[in-house]
Amino acid sequence: MAQFQKPAWLDNSLVRWVDHRLPIFTFMSHELYEYPTPRNLNYWWNFGSLAGIVLVIMIVTGITLAMHYTPHTALAFDSVERIMRDVNYGWLIRYVHMNGGSAFFIVVYIHIFRGMYFGSYKSPREILWILGVVILLLMMATAFMGYVLPWGQMSFWGATVITNLFSAIPLVGDWVVTLLWGGFAVDNPTLNRFFSLHYLMPFVLVGVIVLHIWALHAHGSNNPVGIDTKGEQDVIPFHPYYTVKDMFGLGVFLILFAGFIFFAPNFFGEPDNYIPANSLSTPAHIVPEWYFLPFYAILRAVPANFIGEWTTAWMGFILIEAKLAGVLAMFGSIAVLFVLPWLDRSPVRSSRFRPMYKWFFWIFLIDCLVLGYIGAKPAEGIFIIIGRVATAWYFLHFIVVIPLLAKFEKTKELPKSISEPVLGGGGGGATGASAKPMEKA
Amino acid sequence: MTMIRTVLFAGTLALSLNVSAAQAAGDAAHAPEQHWSFSGLFGTFDRAALRRGFEVYKGVCAGCHGLRLVAYRNLMDIGFSEKEVKAIAAEVDVPAEPNDEGEIEDRPGLPSDRFKSPFANVNAARAANNGALPPDLSLIVKARLGGVDYLHGVMTGYKPAPAGMKVPEGMHYNEFFGGHLIAMPAPLSDDGVDYKDGTKATAAQQAQDVVTFLAWAAEPELEERKRMGVKVILFLLLLTGLLYVTKRRIWADVH
Repeated sequence: MAQFQKPAWLDNSLVRWVDHRLPIFTFMSHELYEYPTPRNLNYWWNFGSLAGIVLVIMIVTGITLAMHYTPHTALAFDSVERIMRDVNYGWLIRYVHMNGGSAFFIVVYIHIFRGMYFGSYKSPREILWILGVVILLLMMATAFMGYVLPWGQMSFWGATVITNLFSAIPLVGDWVVTLLWGGFAVDNPTLNRFFSLHYLMPFVLVGVIVLHIWALHAHGSNNPVGIDTKGEQDVIPFHPYYTVKDMFGLGVFLILFAGFIFFAPNFFGEPDNYIPANSLSTPAHIVPEWYFLPFYAILRAVPANFIGEWTTAWMGFILIEAKLAGVLAMFGSIAVLFVLPWLDRSPVRSSRFRPMYKWFFWIFLIDCLVLGYIGAKPAEGIFIIIGRVATAWYFLHFIVVIPLLAKFEKTKELPKSISEPVLGGGGGGATGASAKPMEKA
Repeated sequence: MTMIRTVLFAGTLALSLNVSAAQAAGDAAHAPEQHWSFSGLFGTFDRAALRRGFEVYKGVCAGCHGLRLVAYRNLMDIGFSEKEVKAIAAEVDVPAEPNDEGEIEDRPGLPSDRFKSPFANVNAARAANNGALPPDLSLIVKARLGGVDYLHGVMTGYKPAPAGMKVPEGMHYNEFFGGHLIAMPAPLSDDGVDYKDGTKATAAQQAQDVVTFLAWAAEPELEERKRMGVKVILFLLLLTGLLYVTKRRIWADVH
């Protein structure tokens, strides 16, 4: 049976000397060796620590890249190519960083959907969830600015489209855009400040993640059954059980990650970004990085013909209002996540005991994938209609479906404790066998 | 068990994404897939093809297209001797550092110089090409949807325009070029170059060779990358296997 014990090295005299003055070892012991974790966490719970590790990979490779990169419009593109060709293992560092951005979003999106499926946002973890949404927003800003730095065609035109969105803000819009640009167009001052902020924001991210983990450790992890832990029989210490499980998960992740880095390093990229930025030549299709596609689809869904003509639209006064609606929808799609804990008042956390919510969860997931698909397509014909329906469903899911389910859904009976289904269930490696065998557990 | 399913799920997802991206690329370019020595997990550049490809680039493309990110010294990575590289570099004149009088004179190129572009600037390039701008080829393989197959398609895709299509003066019909109208005249013709290794210089052979050369120019790290990738993944498979066993043993008392 699992033991909650302080580690033996806490008795080391040097450790004790330091710990008496700075109780960092007590802290480590408390948060790892004595930290109680539900015994039934499945592999979907690996993605939080995985996201943290990816962030570290990004910071390390990013700092190294910054040693060789030049944030100037005339030199940025070539400095990246210098990294690729002349810096020792520069291609490796850059491809890790480039694919790391995509990996970060994959891991974090899975982490978020896991939270939605198992109701991890519910009391008492609302602030934990809100901090998570803040992390997502910071990640998006960081990723967007990072994508601008190589100063390829997509960098430049992506920056132009996205910064122009802010001009839709009433009254101060133009002022905000000028501030973002550092001038009257996307140019060298823009690149300089994006580089500066791209270097800064990961550390802000680290700060918010510390708060995120702090909030997590206040009540501990949610779990696949979604009921609170009730004593020693329900929990095991984080170390060594979940450290080794996370390490194994990390290994699996790294295999896939290495597959992309070494054998398909440009899989997630756009060929156009290997063409140096040119303000006189607009690419045929301006598409954001894949992880923004669902939001891009929502942006375009509202006045669907707007982005197609954005070059003139941002100057045209009449289209501003339509544009504002699209921008509001896009930001609203993330803002709604902040209030999710209060939209979903169902007392049952886990989808395992919510037969209807479970279906709507999968529909919502598919809806997000459809939005991603639409975001990559030109805004024309059937794609406009699908994009609008999918956008409408995105908001209906949060604003109508979830509150109604909380009221009318007949949930299944919850087990009395975590250990009951675990210990009572008929052996095998699988956890939690009480209600129903899990699809993905 | 659940873990295996998860991994399979992720793997399948990655694969299906990959397939759809490849299909999308094929659709956009419509260029048929070719066999390339450097594709696949263990692919390496065919050295003889690289050498011939360089000859095609130098004899045919370099008149209009630069290769500004590649240095002459890089040719040593693909089998050219130092002596050959010095001779190739010395064929061009580049501006030297200011001399003692402060004047800038030309000097012969050195292996450390980057390939000299054929035109001084964009305007000069356009002026010499009927208003069209011949793109630099350093990254052309990475900068076009469809990559090597697309390039091969454009090299070999010159055909008489279909009946009813009007080809403006100075333009040419190309099956695989976007919009089908390309300013570049068909660059390759049978025996357009004399291969030093005696290979028959058919247009098809030249296309294959020059695209191989440009693939190397765009991704000079490709061979090292794939070699390292195989080692890294083998290592990670072993490590992950051991971690799995460790995990099972540590968790033995919980299940």
